[in-house]
Amino acid sequence: MLYAAIVFLPLLGAIAAGLFGRLIGVRASQLVTCLALTLSGVLATYGLYETAVVGPDKQQIVLFTWIVSGDFDVSWTLRIDTLTAVMLFTVTVISSIIHWYSIGYMAHDPHIPRFFAYLSLFTFAMLMLVTADNFLQLYFGWEGVGLCSYFLIGFWYDRPSANAAAIKAFVVNRVGDFGFALGIMAVFFTFNSINFDTVFAGAPAVAGKTFEFLGAEYDILTVTTLLLFIGAMGKSAQVPLHTWLPDAMEGPTPVSALIHAATMVTAGVFLVARCSPLFEYAPTTLAFVTVIGAFTAFFAATVGLVQNDIKRVIAYSTCSQLGYMFFACGVGAYSVAIFHLFTHAFFKALLFLGSGSVIHGFSDEQDMRRMGGVWRKMPVTYAVMWVGSLALAGVPFFAGYYSKDLIIESAFAAGTEVGYLAFYLGVGAALLTAFYSWRLLFMTFHGPTRAHHEVYEHVHESPKIMTVPLLLLAVGALFAGVAGYDAFVGDGRAAFWREAILVLPGRDVIEAAHHVPLWVKLLPIAIALAGIALAWQFYIRRTELPGALAKTHADLYTFLLNKWYFDELYDAIFVRPTKFLGRLLWHGGDGRIIDGFGPNGIAQVVIQLARRASLLQTGYLYHYAFAMLIGVAVLVTWLFTRTGGGAP
Amino acid sequence: MQTFLYEDIVPLFPELTVATAAIVLLMVGVFRGDRSTRSLVWAAILALAGALAILVQEPERSVIVLRGMFVADPFALFAKVLILVGSGFALVMSISYIEREAMDRFEYPILILFATLGMMMMVSANNLISLYVGLELQSLALYVVAALRRDSLRSTEAGLKYFVLGALSSGLLLYGCSLIYGFTGTTSFDALTDVFTERGTQPSLGLLIGLIFLIAGLAFKVSAVPFHMWTPDVYEGAPTPVTAFFAVAPKVAAMALFLRAIIAPFAELTGQWQQVIVLISIASMLLGAFAAIHQTNIKRLMAYSSIGHMGFALVGLAAGTPEGVRGVLIYLAIYVAMNVGTFACILCMRQKDGMVESIADLSGLSRNHPVRAAFFALFLFSLAGIPPLAGFFAKFYIFVAAVNAGLYALAIIGVLASVVGAYYYLRIVKIMYFDAPAEPFVRPIGGEMTVVLGVTGAFTLFYVFYPAPLVAAAQTAAYALFP
Repeated sequence: MLYAAIVFLPLLGAIAAGLFGRLIGVRASQLVTCLALTLSGVLATYGLYETAVVGPDKQQIVLFTWIVSGDFDVSWTLRIDTLTAVMLFTVTVISSIIHWYSIGYMAHDPHIPRFFAYLSLFTFAMLMLVTADNFLQLYFGWEGVGLCSYFLIGFWYDRPSANAAAIKAFVVNRVGDFGFALGIMAVFFTFNSINFDTVFAGAPAVAGKTFEFLGAEYDILTVTTLLLFIGAMGKSAQVPLHTWLPDAMEGPTPVSALIHAATMVTAGVFLVARCSPLFEYAPTTLAFVTVIGAFTAFFAATVGLVQNDIKRVIAYSTCSQLGYMFFACGVGAYSVAIFHLFTHAFFKALLFLGSGSVIHGFSDEQDMRRMGGVWRKMPVTYAVMWVGSLALAGVPFFAGYYSKDLIIESAFAAGTEVGYLAFYLGVGAALLTAFYSWRLLFMTFHGPTRAHHEVYEHVHESPKIMTVPLLLLAVGALFAGVAGYDAFVGDGRAAFWREAILVLPGRDVIEAAHHVPLWVKLLPIAIALAGIALAWQFYIRRTELPGALAKTHADLYTFLLNKWYFDELYDAIFVRPTKFLGRLLWHGGDGRIIDGFGPNGIAQVVIQLARRASLLQTGYLYHYAFAMLIGVAVLVTWLFTRTGGGAP
Repeated sequence: MQTFLYEDIVPLFPELTVATAAIVLLMVGVFRGDRSTRSLVWAAILALAGALAILVQEPERSVIVLRGMFVADPFALFAKVLILVGSGFALVMSISYIEREAMDRFEYPILILFATLGMMMMVSANNLISLYVGLELQSLALYVVAALRRDSLRSTEAGLKYFVLGALSSGLLLYGCSLIYGFTGTTSFDALTDVFTERGTQPSLGLLIGLIFLIAGLAFKVSAVPFHMWTPDVYEGAPTPVTAFFAVAPKVAAMALFLRAIIAPFAELTGQWQQVIVLISIASMLLGAFAAIHQTNIKRLMAYSSIGHMGFALVGLAAGTPEGVRGVLIYLAIYVAMNVGTFACILCMRQKDGMVESIADLSGLSRNHPVRAAFFALFLFSLAGIPPLAGFFAKFYIFVAAVNAGLYALAIIGVLASVVGAYYYLRIVKIMYFDAPAEPFVRPIGGEMTVVLGVTGAFTLFYVFYPAPLVAAAQTAAYALFP
C-alpha cells in the first residue's frame, strides 16, 4: 500500500494537472502536483528506511494480472528491494524539489499545468521503471520516461530547435530501445519467462551455453546482456548513442535537471545493476560495458572543456559521470555505481538548477561568453554552484568524493586490462572534470562582465521558491556521500543490499578497492585539485591563455568544439542515406510505382475507358441495331465455346 | 367448348380494374379533350391504387387460369405491387410537370395505364404466347409515351429509335420462341419444365439458340449490354416524367419476366444460360460504371446508372438459386424506391426559364436548397451502395447469393464495378456541396413531390432498421418460382 502510494501519487497529480488543468487553474495545478510528489517523497524516505534497515529481504506487491498467454505470464507487480527503495527515494526526493523549483522558474510560462503534468507523469513512469518485477513492466516505464522526455524536450513546441531536439532524442533512443526489446525477447527465448525471479534463478544454469544463429555459435548470456546494454546505452547516453543528450538541453532547465541529469538517464545504470545476476555470468559483456563507460567518461569530459553554453557543459559532464557509473558496473562494483548515481543525482540537479538560476538572472542568456562578474549579485546561487562543483570534482568530503573516488579505485582494484584502462581514463576525465567545472564557475561569476549593460544591471538573485530548493540540494551534495558511504559501499553494504545486487564470489572489487595502494587513493584528489588550479590559471590569472591555446592547437580545438564530429558522422552515415532512401521510396516507390500503377494509373485507365464507352454511343440507329445482332452472335459463340456445344 | 368460370376471373381482378379504368378514361378523354388531363391523371392514380388494394387482399396462393396462360402466385404479386407503386409514383411526379411544361395530353395517363396492364400481364405470363402479348402491349404503349411531345425533335427521335429497336428485339424474341416451340413442341412454361425433366439433360442445339434469342429479347427490355443502346438516347429525349416512369416500372416488369421465363422452364439448362447471363451481367455492370463518368446530362447519367443496376440485378439471376431470385426481388424493390426519389429530385430541377437537366446546374445546390441537396445526396449515396442506406443491402444480398452459388469472379467484378460507379454518384454530391452555387431553382416544389421525396427517402434511410417484411415477402415470392 505504501509503495503503491509512492508510485501512483505522481500519476494522480499528473492526471489532475494534465486533464483538468484548465478547470482547476494554474495555482491549483502546481500545488496538486508538488504536494503529491512531496508526499510521495516523504513516503519513499520511510520506505527506504523500512526496506534497507528493518524490512524483509524483498517484497512483491501484485497489483493485477496483465498478460497471460501460454507460457507468457506477466502481471503488474511492484518489486521492492533495497535497489528499488534507493531509486524510489532518489527519484521522488529530487523530483519533488525540482517541482517546487519549477514554480519559480516557469512562473512566466503560458502552459504551466501542462508542464507540471508532464513532470509528474515522467516521475510516475520512472517509478514504474524502478519498481518493475519483470522485463515488460520495466519496458513500460522505460518507454514512458522516453515519451515524457520527448514531451518535455519539445515543451516549447514553437521553437524549431526544440522540436528537432525532441525528435532526435526519441529517434536515438529508439535505436537503443530496439536492442532492449530484442534483449527482452532473447530473455524469453532463453528462460521462457520474463519475470526477474525466474530469469535470475535460471541464469547460472544457462551460463556458458550457446545458441546457433546464421550458422555461428554465440554465448546466450553474452548476447542477451549485450542487447540489454544497448538499451541502456541509448537511455544513458553512452557513446555512440550519446548525441541526443546535449541537444536535449533545449528543454526547460528543470527538465534538464530532473530527466537529463538526475533520474531518467540513470535508468541504464539501474538496468545493469538490476540485471547484475545476468551480467555477472557474461564477462565479455562486462568488459564491453567497462570500455564503453570509460571511453564515454573521457570523451564527454574533453568535449565539456570547450563548450560555451552553460547547460551543455553540464550536459557533457552528465554524460561523463554516467560513463563512470557504467565502468563501475563493468568491473563489478554495481553498488558503487548506484552510490554514485545517488550522490550524482543531488549535485547534478543542484548544478542544473543553479545554472537555471543563473540563466534566469541573466534574462535567459545561456552563453557563458556573455556572463561573468556577478558573484556578488547572486550570492546563494554562487555558493551552491561552488558546492555542486566541488562535489562533482570529487574534492574530499563532498558527496562526489566518496562515490567517484571509489569508482576509480574499484577500476584499479579489478586488476584486469580493461580495469586499468578505465582507471587511467577515469583519472584523466577527473582532471578534465575539475577543469571545466571551474572554467564554468569562473566564466559565469568572475572577471569583468561580458554581458550587455542592461542585462548586467538587471541581474538579480532568484526568488525564494528557487533558492530554497537549491539549498536543499546543496545539503544533499554536501552530505549524501558521507551519509550513505557506510551503507552503500562500506562495511554495512552486505546487510544493506542483501540480494538486490549479485556479485559472484571472488569478484568483490569493493573490498579490494578499500585496500588499493595509497597513491591510487590520493591520485584522484590531487588531480582534481590540479584541475582547479589550472582553471584558475587560465580564466582568472592569465585570461589570454585560452585564446592562445585555441590558436596554437586549432585542429584539436575545432575537433573538440565539434564534439569529435559525431553528429556529422551520423549525418553522413545514417541520416543522409536514410533521407535519400526515404525520398527514393517516396518519389520513386510510392509516387511513381504505387501511385502510378495504383490509384493514379487506374484512374487514368478508367478515364480512358469512360471516354471510349461514351464514344460507343453514336446516336445512329443502324449502329445500335448492328450492336444487338452482333451481341446475339457473340452470345451464341460464347455459349458454345464455354459449354462445348451442348449438342446431343 | 370452354367456359370461363367465375373462379377463373377472380385472380384477374387487378388487371381488369386497370383495363376497365383505361378504357373508361379513354372515353372521357376523347370527349372532354386535353382540358381533362389533370383529372385523368388523378383518376389513373386512383385506378392503380384500387388495383393495388385488390391485389394485396388476394389470398396468397398459386393458381393458373385462362387455360394455362396466366398464373397468379406470390412472385407475380410481389412484382405487380412494385409495378403499381412505380407507375403510381411516376404519375404523381408528373402532375406539376404536365401543368408547367404544357404537356397536357390526355393520352398520357391512359397510355401509362395500358403499359401497366401489359406489365402485369407479363409478370403473370405462363406461356410464351401470353408473354409476348403482354410484352407488346407494354411496349407499344411505351413507344408512344416516349414520343409524347410530338413537337419536340428529341422526344420524337427517342420514340422512333425506341420503336425501331424494340421491333427488332421483338423479332429476336419471337424467333427465339419459335425455335423453342420447334424443338420442344410446346409454348407452355409448365410443359417446358416437364419436357426437360423427362428427356434428360442433353438439350438440342436449336433449343439453345432459341434460348439465346429469347434472352436477347428480354435483355433488350431490361436494357442489358449489348442491347442497351436505346436507353441513353430514350432517357435523354423523352420528357422527364416519362423517363422516370421508364426507369422504374418497365424495368421491374422486364426483370420479373426475365426471371419467370428463365428460372423455372429452363431449370435443367441452368449451366447453359448461366454462362450467357454472367456475360451480359458483367458487360452491363462495367459499361454502366464506365460510360456514366463522362456524362454531363443527369438523365443520360441515370440511363447508364440503370444499365449498371440491371447488371447487378442480373448477378442474382445468374446465381439461379432461390437466394439469388430473392436478391433480385429485393434489389428491384429498393431500386424502385431509390430511382423514384432520384427522379423526384431531377424533376425539381426547374429554373426560372424552365426545366434544366445538366449536372452543372446542380452546382452549390446545398447552399441554395439544403434540404433538396440532402435528399439528392441521400439517394445518390444509396445508388452508389454505401452503407447503411438501402442501396447497400440491395447489392449485399445479390453478391452473397453469387458467392454462395460459386460465382466468385462475377461477385468480385461486381464489387469493383460498384466502386467505379460510386465515383460518378459521388461526383454529383461533390458538385452539389463544394462547387460555387449556380442559378437557384424554383420553389416551392409542390406537395406531391414532398410526399414522394419523404416516402422514398424514409425507405432508403430506414430500411436498415426494419428489413424483415421486405425480405420475407421476397423470400416467399422467390420460392414460388422453384416448384
